[in-house]
Amino acid sequence: MSIQTLMYIGGRLIKGAIVLLVIAVFNFFLIRAAPGDPAKVMAGEAGATDELFLQQLREQFGLDQPLYYQLWVYISNLVQFDMGITYRQQMPVFDLIMDRMPATLLLTGAAFLLSLLIGVLAGVVAAQKHKQWADSFITVAALIFYATPLFWLAMMAALFFSVYLNWLPSFGMETVGANLTGFDRFIDIMTHLILPAATLGLFFTAVYARMTRASMIETTRMDFVKTAIAKGMTPNRVTYRHVLRNALLPVVTLAGLQAGQLIGGAVLTETVFAWPGIGRLMFEALFQRDYNLLLGVFFISSAMVVLFNLITDVIYCVVDPRIELSK
Amino acid sequence: MKKIFMGALVACVPLITPIYAAEEGGTINVVVQPEPPSLMIGMYSNATTQQVGGNIFEGLMRYDQDLNPHPLLATSWESSDDGKTWTFHLKEGVTWHDGQPFTSADVVFSIDKLLRETNARLRTSLAHVESIEATDDYTVVFQLKESFGPFIRLFEVGTTPMLPKHIYEGTDYKTNPANHHPIGTGPFKFAEWQKGSYIHLEKNENYHVQGLPHLDDVYWHVIPDAASRAVAFETGKIDVLPGGSVENFDVPRLTELDNTCVTTDGWEFFSPHAWLWLNNRQGPTADVRFRQAVMYAMDREFAKDVLWNGYGKVANSPVGSKTKFYDADLPAYEYNPDKAKQLLKAMGYNGEPVRILPMPYGETWQRWTEVIKQNLEEVGINAKIESTDVAGWNQKVSDWDYDISFTYLYQYGDPALGVARNYISSNIAKGSPWNNAEGYSNAEIDQWFDAAATAFPDEKRQELYSKIQNKLVEDVPVAWLMELEFPTIYNCKVQNLIDSGIGINDAFGTAWIKQ
Repeated sequence: MSIQTLMYIGGRLIKGAIVLLVIAVFNFFLIRAAPGDPAKVMAGEAGATDELFLQQLREQFGLDQPLYYQLWVYISNLVQFDMGITYRQQMPVFDLIMDRMPATLLLTGAAFLLSLLIGVLAGVVAAQKHKQWADSFITVAALIFYATPLFWLAMMAALFFSVYLNWLPSFGMETVGANLTGFDRFIDIMTHLILPAATLGLFFTAVYARMTRASMIETTRMDFVKTAIAKGMTPNRVTYRHVLRNALLPVVTLAGLQAGQLIGGAVLTETVFAWPGIGRLMFEALFQRDYNLLLGVFFISSAMVVLFNLITDVIYCVVDPRIELSK
Repeated sequence: MKKIFMGALVACVPLITPIYAAEEGGTINVVVQPEPPSLMIGMYSNATTQQVGGNIFEGLMRYDQDLNPHPLLATSWESSDDGKTWTFHLKEGVTWHDGQPFTSADVVFSIDKLLRETNARLRTSLAHVESIEATDDYTVVFQLKESFGPFIRLFEVGTTPMLPKHIYEGTDYKTNPANHHPIGTGPFKFAEWQKGSYIHLEKNENYHVQGLPHLDDVYWHVIPDAASRAVAFETGKIDVLPGGSVENFDVPRLTELDNTCVTTDGWEFFSPHAWLWLNNRQGPTADVRFRQAVMYAMDREFAKDVLWNGYGKVANSPVGSKTKFYDADLPAYEYNPDKAKQLLKAMGYNGEPVRILPMPYGETWQRWTEVIKQNLEEVGINAKIESTDVAGWNQKVSDWDYDISFTYLYQYGDPALGVARNYISSNIAKGSPWNNAEGYSNAEIDQWFDAAATAFPDEKRQELYSKIQNKLVEDVPVAWLMELEFPTIYNCKVQNLIDSGIGINDAFGTAWIKQ
């Protein structure tokens, strides 16, 4: 990598850090704009409460302090990578997030790779067989999956594969109480992963397929492709070396977007399949007004988005050397 | 002369003696929804904290489905003739899960120190208690300021769990590490909590009741989506769906499955009472004729049959029919839209809009709100639904920013514990959605409730509570909807699942699995 590239990446990282800080401050106020506070939610859940109880909770959480002071405490802790303590579980936010991180990354990572692989492949096939039945089939299937609501698809998959066929488990990440180890445990987790990963991946598979197909068809009409064919190149070599590589840019952009959602983008899937990931943590924290936890998840999610935007830009120049990185 | 109460002849006999000899071993899989914030039952009184924690911790007594007390950590108790001195004799040889002995010092510490600080509901009742003293290792004496009728029903595990003094004394209760690894005396011990997945409890081999528990393991599964919980039960991975854990419209489908049992037992102690808060301070709801009109306008039998699958009972009193001192002879508000229209006309209701706040607890409450809205519109009330989430609901009700709002509350067996709090004027205070949030204020009612709590004996209490109920039914401070019954759906192989008035909130101590 050239000095210039490194400088560029360094510059982007510094800008990213500033963006993250601004987002954190913004989130801090945004969350507090919602009605209710964590003390009220907890008191409400307790089914009985009085002013003393609320006061105790607010003191314990530091919510009795003035808002600017709370912000100062939060931000100064954050820059030291301390995200505070969750109100409900009384655990460090960072530990709780890290505890859930592997489950989410496994699910979203699997869905990401799966959709990218199948989607691009289907798109290529559809473009190659343009206006033949394989093209129509792929286009229609992609359209259906693109248009179907995720939670409905998830429920139907659970009903069909778990209740009706009894092939796959309908909830959780592994068989509880089975105490499996090694390879058996791996297989067990994979069996649990199939339904949620497939459901989560279907939407983006459809998007990638449509995107790749359209982009390929457009590129095929370009002059340099005609030149390549005229040179006597084999059709496969033309497709993969010339057409696909040029057609991939919009796909990379989309993949960057999807990758940015690796942390927080699986709320629905995690909820339906009781997958113990971060999306659910965030969702529950929102309803419980668990400010620290919510801000923690937001912070890590936004860090991921910033990071993957940068990675996407770097990948652009790998895919297309004509693009240069510069400030 | 002292009266001596002995629950059962032998202290360890379960409330309902099983007909078959129980089989030993096995695992039970139960749904827990929502995931509790903690299992520390002494500091968190969330419904699911109590469900899971009720296996780990125990109270001094248990209560059967007629709300009668039975021995648990206390083997017997007696009261003085004036009902002011109560002496509890504790069971000997009970140990905490860490092996330390359970003694009277734990009882005094739990009630007088820890729970007095952390449990708002118990704190109110403890105002009637002058002193709590341990006279020896296994005797505790409560000196009351005056006779307090509901005293005998204070010792259920969710209200007054026994907590280990040797772990909590002198520490900051809220941050004590034992909150993450609770130590109790119950039939099951805390084993593991995979946050977001499951809570594992294992058999307490040294449980103080010989031969119990029968089960080896209890797994509580966290499944956040109601439809997925139903699917999990259908696939056989879940044995028990506690009341309220699936949407009501899924109940008929699930109960028709093979090998599936259903029961509405185990809610008697709580008797969940649903009503509409009617803001007595402002707007049309401040007029008693409007509030009565609401009662006549509602087709509550329809809601019961359609939304609640026929489970439960239309409520005609602030006191539940399973709660002590319920008066069965009260005048009832039948479904009568014409009468409602007359009342509205008499008060000169001008179509001023009223907001209805649904309870954000799932689909049933949403639909119920729509039914009520339609009922009200049919008699000419201009009703609007205003939806929000749990935090927003808490905020609006506790800040009195509503016209009509759904709610339901537990009664805890006695009007002094679970009913008075919603109608006495000393309980009008912002900041809680569970007190007198409607703002009803009536000096007579205040005085009667006050007198009824400390009247002695029970006949005098009944007289006062009948007067109270008649007056409240006339004034309609809130519009009572139903005494709810949440069906517990379970695999029929599970035996003796519910054997007390608090149902699933009690331990699975006597439950067993038929192979």
